[in-house]
Amino acid sequence: MATADIIHRCEELYEDLDFTAVRNWKDAEPGRKVIGYMPVYVPRELIHAAGMLPLGVLGGGDQLEVIHGDAYYQSYICRIPRSTVELAITKRLDFVDGMLFPSICDVIRNLSGMWKLMNPDVYVRYFDVPQNYSDEIGGEYYRNELEELKSGLENLAGTTISDDALRASIDVYNQNRDLVNDVYRLRAETPWKAPSAEVYLLMRAGMVLTVEEHSAMLRDYLDATLQEDRPQRDNCRVVVNGSFCEQPPLNLIKSIEMAGCYIVDDDYMLVTRWLQEPVPTDGDPLLNLARAFLHHSADTAARYCSCDAEVGQFLLDSVTRTGAEGVIFAAPSFCDPALLERPMLVDRMAEHDIPSISFKYAENSGQMQPIREQAGTFADSIKLWS
Amino acid sequence: MAANTQTQAIKESSMLKQKEMIAANYDALTSTAESGRKVASTFVPGNLNELIMCFDMLNNLPEINAINNGMRKKSGAMIMDAEKRGHSEDVCTYVKADLGMMSKGNVAPNGKPMPAPDLLMLSYTGCFTFMKWFELLRHEYGCETVMLQVPYEGDGQITRNMRDYVVKQLKDVVIPAFERVSGVKFDIDRLREYLKQSAAAEDDLVWVLESAKHVRSPIDAYFGGVYYIGPIFTAFRGTQDAVDYYRILRGEIEQRIAAGQGPITPEGDMPEEKFRLVVEGPPNWTSFRDFWKMFYEEGAVVVASTYTKVGGVYDQGFRHDPEHPLESLADYCLGCYTNRNLPQRVDLLSQYVDEYKADGVLINSIKSCNSFSAGQLLMMREIENRSGKPAAFIETDLVDPRYFSAANVKNRLESYFQMIEQRRKSPAAA
Repeated sequence: MATADIIHRCEELYEDLDFTAVRNWKDAEPGRKVIGYMPVYVPRELIHAAGMLPLGVLGGGDQLEVIHGDAYYQSYICRIPRSTVELAITKRLDFVDGMLFPSICDVIRNLSGMWKLMNPDVYVRYFDVPQNYSDEIGGEYYRNELEELKSGLENLAGTTISDDALRASIDVYNQNRDLVNDVYRLRAETPWKAPSAEVYLLMRAGMVLTVEEHSAMLRDYLDATLQEDRPQRDNCRVVVNGSFCEQPPLNLIKSIEMAGCYIVDDDYMLVTRWLQEPVPTDGDPLLNLARAFLHHSADTAARYCSCDAEVGQFLLDSVTRTGAEGVIFAAPSFCDPALLERPMLVDRMAEHDIPSISFKYAENSGQMQPIREQAGTFADSIKLWS
Repeated sequence: MAANTQTQAIKESSMLKQKEMIAANYDALTSTAESGRKVASTFVPGNLNELIMCFDMLNNLPEINAINNGMRKKSGAMIMDAEKRGHSEDVCTYVKADLGMMSKGNVAPNGKPMPAPDLLMLSYTGCFTFMKWFELLRHEYGCETVMLQVPYEGDGQITRNMRDYVVKQLKDVVIPAFERVSGVKFDIDRLREYLKQSAAAEDDLVWVLESAKHVRSPIDAYFGGVYYIGPIFTAFRGTQDAVDYYRILRGEIEQRIAAGQGPITPEGDMPEEKFRLVVEGPPNWTSFRDFWKMFYEEGAVVVASTYTKVGGVYDQGFRHDPEHPLESLADYCLGCYTNRNLPQRVDLLSQYVDEYKADGVLINSIKSCNSFSAGQLLMMREIENRSGKPAAFIETDLVDPRYFSAANVKNRLESYFQMIEQRRKSPAAA
């Protein structure tokens, strides 16, 4: 299969705001259930082990006209919750049996309560994660939280999640993360072979497909790229940071590359690679998931950094690992985590002479010319003076 | 030329007492170079004042400094200064006022410079911004930071796991950090003594807040309420001063009830109670007196508010418990208003409308504060449906004067009061 065919399938999934693929999965067998989740991380292994489908809910993008959702939010609140509410009110999420709202910011946290008020018959859980990373303190708390989540999912599924089933699911997701990392590595090494818009669409497909189907798709893509020759451009290499929750429009990603920047790393849909190491498949699976979260998580502004020297280290490592020449801080308007953290990250990059630029977007931003000009100037400045 | 119509506020004994307490605390904070006392900075929700006192440390609250600067019309320049240095216009103005204050010399209300904190006590309770705020301060000060994560009541209850987690952090992380920084060994009996005083003050605070159930209310539980909560929310909970303050305040309110008086306003006793309101959300601080005036000029009294619960929801039964000191601190943090989920907040507001015989609910939605604001429009509709009372919505900010539009707020309030009157006259209300 050619990359174009794979990406065409991804585009169809991306543009389908009725989530037909997920509805079809659910309808294929009686009793199947779907659990929606919002950014930035939930342990999808648990949902999978309960025989349910995890569905990444990332707002409505730039194709959804938000009519009802605006009546739920003031103008100074970001767009992802209002378009998510729009999806719910317009019945596009009426097949979803449960929703998880991870600890990321106050807006998503409060959306969990709104969901409870608006959907009293749906399983809703605010999924809290530890900001204390000691095994005995945060680890114990988190393991118990995982136990509670497991119990909630079992009640909903009408089944029990055995340790063996969970170990098997951990294994499946380990494989998926390996493949995701392979795609990211391919792009970092040869960004002209895996354009960022394609990588983005591939990862978006993982929000709606079963993990097995997504892994197969990633394998196909990796194979296909070996067969194809694509022209290399004289672009600079950048890391995009700050887009871990509300997603940029696809055109924004394309615009950055068209302006002369190869995106060699990003923080879109971090759930696909949140755990940076494989999770052990022996022993206590909940404990393994808890330890993996504590010690091998990706970093974002949604996490507490326990010492100043570590702030921005994850980003710095990414720049070093991928050979990036600069950082584009692209955060959604009114995104508290990203915008509060940004000055510290900018300082950290400056300390290491890593050039950066900053701008804001919304998931429905339409005007790409200013972005293209800013990114183009940034690329030129790197090429000419860096 | 516009006449200066600012009126001298009437001062009662409790007000003078509180003024003395605050002045003494600022004097203590700004003389640490001489006294050698150590300073912990922390937040109002999840404020562990009793614990801080166990280590002979002083408590400095950046939110209160921002409020002070807001009320003294200084915060606007501080915020713009922070924005010029790269802080987004979209984020919390308390944070930017605090950072701007630092860059302008960190001057306390007594005109002396604030000391740098020896410890940033990050009590992560009910507000995401707290976490990044103290990371930003740590970035500036380079001092030790200790994090106490308080899990959110997502399902509307405090579970054993949540409580155990908070207690364990107190024992294994927070207390050792205080011991290390202060050089003082933790004494749990000392904590118990402070908690006894806390509970005594909390009893009187609740009595004062619930006095607004009288029709005619002797207090304004929002504009007046923010003064009443001052000692217990800040550096005085657990002190004899706080116990004395609330005893004096309670005596004054008892006298007002006996005399059939309404609330005190900056322009004297409020002559008439025409509207009884419940208010959700913090007040605007930069135009606080103008904002208040819009209410008392129309005869509107706030009989209950949620902002006065942000540093502890005492009127629902919680008291600090010297028999279970650390568990009690955990329950206190876990139960703060913005750590409660939206259904709980709707329940509480609906309960207030009923118990305080309110005419309706007004939401003051704050641009800076997503913890409060996200979801308030849905809350408003839910409360209206449950109570059958009209609700209204206004938008201001905490300490950014650019987001207080007096004419817009006044128009909305006047329309709201008219709506309440029309409802009263409607056949359904008869």
